[in-house]
Amino acid sequence: MHIPDGYLGPATYGTMFGATIPFWAFASWKLNKTLKARQAPYLALGAAFSFVLMMFNIPVLGGTTGHATGTTLIAILLGPWAAVISVSVALIIQALLFGDGGITAIGANCFTMAIVGSLTGYGIYRLIAAGSDRKNKRRLVAGATAAYVSLNVSALLTAVLLGIQPLIEISSSGQPLYAPYPLAVTIPAMVSGHVLLFGFVEAAVTALVLKYFQRNEPAMLA
Amino acid sequence: MTTTKKLWIGIGILALLSPLGLIIPSLFGAGGAWGEWGAEEFNKLIGYVPEGMQKLAHLWKSPLKDYTVPGQAQGLARKGLGYILTAFIGVAITAGLAYLIANVLGRKNREK
Repeated sequence: MHIPDGYLGPATYGTMFGATIPFWAFASWKLNKTLKARQAPYLALGAAFSFVLMMFNIPVLGGTTGHATGTTLIAILLGPWAAVISVSVALIIQALLFGDGGITAIGANCFTMAIVGSLTGYGIYRLIAAGSDRKNKRRLVAGATAAYVSLNVSALLTAVLLGIQPLIEISSSGQPLYAPYPLAVTIPAMVSGHVLLFGFVEAAVTALVLKYFQRNEPAMLA
Repeated sequence: MTTTKKLWIGIGILALLSPLGLIIPSLFGAGGAWGEWGAEEFNKLIGYVPEGMQKLAHLWKSPLKDYTVPGQAQGLARKGLGYILTAFIGVAITAGLAYLIANVLGRKNREK
């Protein structure tokens, strides 16, 4: 799901930076007010976890691969704004050091995965988990469902960003300047893998780790 | 052992298992993720490389591109080791940066 350099034209990648920066600013402000110094190690853990989880490429029918992100899990345990920051850090390091995701695409990738992923995942989790006790099974169902849906929303958004390029970024001779595949191709291609497989991996990882926390550190599921 | 310590060990284990992210796809003959091809691959896919992509694709030269250590011999075993090394490097730097940011942000809320 990491968009490389050259797939998004300046109109898109510029807009995405414009969209992402306010969320980063708000997340920073929110954390400034609510984050306790002793929680810093958990932010580091979250970022590291997201980073390493994204290294596990899973093959899917059609010969491509995908991966889970851990975003919803981090949002559930640390809150959505901490997740925005942690996952953004992981994505930025991936782009800068490992060429996983483009530099121009940092805004877009952070928006789809760290921001939309966290907020969607957190929102759905709270909706389904509402009122249930920390150790209740409903929390696990909530986490798994939220993770599944939010990963797919991120995938859909990525597909849209890629798919609109042939509409808005074309040369004078009508040739696409950046990502050349239209929505009719990008949406099925990206969403299918995530709906059929990666979403379930994300859900399973989320539920398993949540279960671990339920047993060992239930306070974090406040 | 504190929970934090256990979790770091968990991440360490994941980092050690990271070559699975290389091995499993190659067992299935799977390529990279959809939409993450290198610019040149478009020649094979659609017969040309889009102009804008040609210009932007090589914008940035990352030091550990694709999670491989430069100058390595090819072959899955070597690549796997490189994966593990870059996983640990990436985890360390990511965790370090996140920790730094969290400390800066949480500065006002110091607890005793």
